[in-house]
Amino acid sequence: MIGRLSAVAQSRFAGHRVGAIILRHLYVMRTSWPRMLEMAYWPTIQMLVWGFASQFFREHSTWVAQAAGVLIGAVLLWEVMFRANLGFALSFLEEMWARNLGQLYLTPLRPHEHVVALAIMSLIRTTLGLLPPSLIAIWLYAFNIYDLGLPLLAFFANLMVAGWCVGLFTAALVLRFGLGAESLAWVLIFGLAPISGIYYPIGILPEWVQSIAYSMPPAYVFEGMRAVMFDHTFRWDLFARAAALNAAYFSAVTAFFLYMVRVARVKGLFLNMGE
Amino acid sequence: MTDLPAIAVTDLVKDYGDVRAVDGVGFAVAPGEVVGLLGGNGAGKTTTISMLLGLLLPTSGTIRVLGHDMTNAERFAVLPRMNFASPYVNLPYRLTVFQNLKVYGLLYGIRGIDNRIAELARDLDLEPYLKTPARKLSSGQKTRVTLAKALLNQPEVLLLDEPTASLDPDTGDFVRAYLETYARDSGCAILLASHNMQEVERLCRRIMIMKRGRIHAEGTPADLARRFGRDSLEQVFLDIARAPEEAAS
Repeated sequence: MIGRLSAVAQSRFAGHRVGAIILRHLYVMRTSWPRMLEMAYWPTIQMLVWGFASQFFREHSTWVAQAAGVLIGAVLLWEVMFRANLGFALSFLEEMWARNLGQLYLTPLRPHEHVVALAIMSLIRTTLGLLPPSLIAIWLYAFNIYDLGLPLLAFFANLMVAGWCVGLFTAALVLRFGLGAESLAWVLIFGLAPISGIYYPIGILPEWVQSIAYSMPPAYVFEGMRAVMFDHTFRWDLFARAAALNAAYFSAVTAFFLYMVRVARVKGLFLNMGE
Repeated sequence: MTDLPAIAVTDLVKDYGDVRAVDGVGFAVAPGEVVGLLGGNGAGKTTTISMLLGLLLPTSGTIRVLGHDMTNAERFAVLPRMNFASPYVNLPYRLTVFQNLKVYGLLYGIRGIDNRIAELARDLDLEPYLKTPARKLSSGQKTRVTLAKALLNQPEVLLLDEPTASLDPDTGDFVRAYLETYARDSGCAILLASHNMQEVERLCRRIMIMKRGRIHAEGTPADLARRFGRDSLEQVFLDIARAPEEAAS
């Protein structure tokens, strides 16, 4: 009877199940030009606005003049985190909009496999979304973010995971409270922007706000970016703190998501997905 | 075939706050048996099926499918061997029929998925629609795609929630005939929730009628008709549905 089922069908983690979810989203993406456009549209607009502002500031500010492109770099890196969050949350919301989540959770798909698939989809969406603006920055402003070299990978990785944390937290809330909570996918992450030190050093924040800022990974990433651009130094200490905080937050948020899956099973939320 | 029931449910209870949706339900379905689950709206059929699928946790009671407890992580051992179809549950509407079946085939870890899809498309007359997005399908076509999804993994346990609702008589008959053949040839245990009495009489050897979360009557269609002094299952159903609580049992 089950001759067609592979031996790993019952395993705790199976790549084919993760692959199935990724394939499901790639199928949707490739037939929907608005989804493709949306990925690159906002990062490009942001980069254009801040790029021209940066050109103006370069002539009027000694701080920005010390490291031309610091604002453009900040915009692009902030977009990594924003897109990582959105890429994660949107892939989850696609299942809600299609009222397909219940169907998925009665297959052998495990919740942690779903999380891995959403993270990979987020990586794909973020990469596709940020490639065009990063190339436009080279063309328009002669700012090549890839000149950051290996530190860029470190920043990218930390910001991706930070974005996943926000996206997974949003997904857990949407699972519990329904599509009424979907706007959190867009707005929640902006709460982190003022304390992430994207466009200014954390040092200018009031002291009590600094301690909040340093409890979040992005603050260390943007401080690290400025260290590379101003001092040409990669701060391993900042990288390590961001990575450690990311590990802690991602573990906590994953546990929260798994708890919400259980709550959904108790309350019958998989049967009645919607507003 | 083994002596172990494909589905074994004991003292199943589901409360939503103060409301008891399922109240001490117990039954077993043997491998190869097709059992009907009848009941009016709100009788507890969908809640019961959802608990059998592991999508809903019971307040108390036990559910074992193919010997595995569906209330904990053991269910992942049996989920590849069971499936579900309902016209009320959507498939991603932007994906084509083939893409939908491919994604679900991968989720079930089916080897040779393309061949299996071709086989089901031929059996369920879906070949012309494989490249059609799910949103463009008619009700009958969607029902057949949902059924194809449910049969992808050649399930040993199949749960069906009104599989022929909103179908024209011809398509309904086609689906019933297919299910009849599948159950006979595969030895699959099927639990069929339906409002269609003719469908239940045709497909099911045994019937359970639910009311207010409880099983109020159980037996073959002929047994039930005789017990209630009626000529048809529909009359039995109406007697139970309209009877005061104490008289129905």
